[in-house]
Amino acid sequence: MSPARSVRPVAVASFAQAPNLRRDDQHNEVEMLMPVIAEVFGNIGITKDDVDFICSGSTDYLIGGPFSFVTALDAVGVWPPRAESHVEMDGAWALYEAWVLLQEGVIDAALVYAFGRSSLGNLNEILAVQLDPYYLAPLWPDPVSLAALQARALIDAGRGSEDEFAAIAARSRKDALGNPKAQVAKDQTVATLLEDPYVVSPLRRHALPPITDGAAAIVLAAGDKARQWAPNPVWITGMDHRMETHALGARDLTSSPSTAAAAAAAGVADGPVDVAEIHAPYASQEIIVREALGLDGSVTVNPSGGPLAANPIMSAGLIRIGEAANRIASGQARRAVAHATSGPCLQQNLVCVLEGE
Amino acid sequence: MSDETTDGPSGPVTTLATPIRLDFDFTPGVAQSRFLRGLEQGKFMGQRCSVCGKVYVPSRGSCPTDGVPTTEDVELANKGTITTYCVVNVPFAGQSIEIPYICAQVLLDGANLSFMGLIQEIPTDEIRMGMRVEAVWVEPDQLTPSLASVRYFRPNGEPDADYDTYKEYL
Repeated sequence: MSPARSVRPVAVASFAQAPNLRRDDQHNEVEMLMPVIAEVFGNIGITKDDVDFICSGSTDYLIGGPFSFVTALDAVGVWPPRAESHVEMDGAWALYEAWVLLQEGVIDAALVYAFGRSSLGNLNEILAVQLDPYYLAPLWPDPVSLAALQARALIDAGRGSEDEFAAIAARSRKDALGNPKAQVAKDQTVATLLEDPYVVSPLRRHALPPITDGAAAIVLAAGDKARQWAPNPVWITGMDHRMETHALGARDLTSSPSTAAAAAAAGVADGPVDVAEIHAPYASQEIIVREALGLDGSVTVNPSGGPLAANPIMSAGLIRIGEAANRIASGQARRAVAHATSGPCLQQNLVCVLEGE
Repeated sequence: MSDETTDGPSGPVTTLATPIRLDFDFTPGVAQSRFLRGLEQGKFMGQRCSVCGKVYVPSRGSCPTDGVPTTEDVELANKGTITTYCVVNVPFAGQSIEIPYICAQVLLDGANLSFMGLIQEIPTDEIRMGMRVEAVWVEPDQLTPSLASVRYFRPNGEPDADYDTYKEYL
């Protein structure tokens, strides 16, 4: 048995996300999360007392204060005392931890949530601090410049072009028109987008993710509990995550072997994929991830608009899983792949395979 | 024995200074803004949970026990009870208060959450749990939306509170 395949049926029973905003200066983190938590429980008529475990994903570096994940628990209410955990990662990794406990049979249902605001500090500086502290971080390389190095390598390898990046952005922004929670939703031609100035060549404004404040939550439930709670439970058939070296110079930035390995372990190729929700914050990265996932041209990519339409840091990966599950629950897809990334230039990647009944 | 591959003229490299400074905006949100605006007016504002009835000061907008929004604003008394305390005798960098001084948890009358306050106008060896204290504010024209508006707490002369009234807040 591969540890990345489900042995116990576990489903996404409910999903909710906050409106994705450039800056929410009205609410603190607890106030941002409360409506999301209320909605994710309310969707399926349960309360906090119905889940056995809570796991969250966030980072104190965004808020500039210690233990913000402990404060955030106020949004859930933790009395009687609850089993709880937190990852300093996107909420997709929090969901992975909950899924493992569900697989082990330790719990039957879990609340997973994520929150983060990119508007409180200088995101370029904050993300530079996650780099290797001896040789890279002192140079303060910002994430846009690193993504631009990657995009340049992709173009030089003959596997991408500025036209393709613009086409990905145009498709994402247009699809976002159907997503009421999206931040950037527009119908624009590729030619119009190519008039954008470069932010860092070869990346123009549209190839970058928006800066977003947001939050999201998912309820996972096993077997009969999922069927009892959700009219259309969406089963996670496999999930895996892998990471690559911290040293950017040691990687081939035009490929994503960690995504490919996670996809193989999670069983992406075991059946046809109808929809893929890909967490590629930069348009150029979608080409790399799509290739690593082994998706052909028939797959609908990011019908929600994806991270180019809203990129709430720490939540955007979890939202990919939620959006993919919603496509299946609504009958628009039968089998979907959700992907989440973390770190510079797609350093760490998580792949989740979802199926309907 | 020295290792010529790691030792330079000044010995081995043992430290590397990489200064990091990050600046952030603070977003207090709806509930904490009410608390801060209250301080600006020289009063303590809390919020009550509609499920358990507890009053939190400051409130972050939710009841941490029940996980529901706290929507009812409650103005609290200017006085309360010391639930626990410590006497600070250790000097540290940036210290602005002359040692020794008293740092205490104060449970305001009507509140179900204590918060930390400086206690002055009493010899440190006379401080005790259950002591009744009142807030001393800065001059009205000095009030700001900050806890700096409260200069300190001092004994208000009332008899000590009965242990049962604050034993749940230790």
